[in-house]
Amino acid sequence: MSWGFLRDLLSGVNKYSTGIGRIWIAIVFIFRLLVYVVAAENVWKYEHDEFECNTKQPGCENVCFDHFFPVSQIRLWALQLITVSTPSLLVVFHVAYRENREKRHKQKLYRSTGKIDGGLLCTYLISLILKTGFEIVFLVLFYKLYNGFEVPRLVQCDMRPCPNAVDCYISKPTEKMIFLYFLVATSGVCIVLNVSELSYLIFKYSIKCYMKTSSKKQHSSKSDCH
Amino acid sequence: MDWGALHAILGGVNKHSTSIGKIWLTVLFIFRIMILVVAAERVWGDEQQDFVCNTLQPGCKNVCYDHFFPISHIRLWALQLIFVSTPALLVAMHVAYTRHEKKRRLRNGEKINIEEMKNERIHIQGPLWWTYTSSIFFRIIFEAVFMYTFYYMYDGYQMPRLVKCNAWPCPNTVDCFVSRPTEKTMFTIFMLAVSGICILLNLAELCYLVIKVCMRERRKST
Repeated sequence: MSWGFLRDLLSGVNKYSTGIGRIWIAIVFIFRLLVYVVAAENVWKYEHDEFECNTKQPGCENVCFDHFFPVSQIRLWALQLITVSTPSLLVVFHVAYRENREKRHKQKLYRSTGKIDGGLLCTYLISLILKTGFEIVFLVLFYKLYNGFEVPRLVQCDMRPCPNAVDCYISKPTEKMIFLYFLVATSGVCIVLNVSELSYLIFKYSIKCYMKTSSKKQHSSKSDCH
Repeated sequence: MDWGALHAILGGVNKHSTSIGKIWLTVLFIFRIMILVVAAERVWGDEQQDFVCNTLQPGCKNVCYDHFFPISHIRLWALQLIFVSTPALLVAMHVAYTRHEKKRRLRNGEKINIEEMKNERIHIQGPLWWTYTSSIFFRIIFEAVFMYTFYYMYDGYQMPRLVKCNAWPCPNTVDCFVSRPTEKTMFTIFMLAVSGICILLNLAELCYLVIKVCMRERRKST
């Protein structure tokens, strides 16, 4: 069970996505998941071992590290990736439900089980709203937990059992900051893609609805005439 | 999810590439990604643990390491490889879009042989030529940008044995020793050479595509 599982799940979603949705999936795979696995994970690998405080007091480093990093940035990143990818599964479940229904009733109930219309459109829109919501929630969480996206070289810690305010040094702060900004940039791009996909779908189906109702009105007015 | 997944994604693009494109993809996977994973990562694996400064001052080593290596070579190479591979996806998306359009025409009643459509090799002409050429152009730009970034960040491509650091809290100028500098320099030069070869391959492919289109236009006009 690893990231490959998520990748396989999301590949299934690809079939039922719009063009923008497929671009979103490609960006999540390549610029977020792949970068996380091949590069970012290693930057945070020894973060606790390399966190050094200017004191010999046992326990001080542990307590200070725990105080400044309640949840490690890399774990928050992983949670964000998982949370943001899962709303897409709602669409897969809905399509599976439609296919099951057709099998049970042994007749064609839908024009195409994978076509985004009717109930599936609602599910798709809900999944987009949830994805965007989760992205924003995690970005806000990052910002609040770590006072912005900057990683300082030095933090001052005066938790017990540290004897007084001690200087603690974080390892690779610049590299971590670069990767955090990269995370923010890719999240931003994904939010923009989700919002554009939402607008595109709402616009497309409003126009379709409007055309349907206006052509129905034309038909009914013609029949009145004859 | 790792480099193997990228290989699977890009493998599909291979079908629609020119011969030079296929050579480029092979060089990318064998001489860059594979070397990165099986060799270079081990060389840089212990980089901070074995970065030693001539002081007992806590924090001095961390700060000096961060000052001289704002981003590790390995991570920069990984990002370079990801960025350089992604323009090929533009081609994959264009091909997928073309197939989707053909399927739509099939649904609307036009007679198209399904089997032939699935296995057919889409020729690089028309709009696909522009997409393909832009992807090569972006590849060259990304390679050049990353090579320059390396040069600018590390003052050249050589890894020094010793760096002198006086960032706070180091008490004064201390000597810090980089681990495995010669091995790192060799790998840096190797990766630089292969990037250069990839740029040359991309330029050759670009010239080939431009010449091909010019010859086609000339044949059409005569």
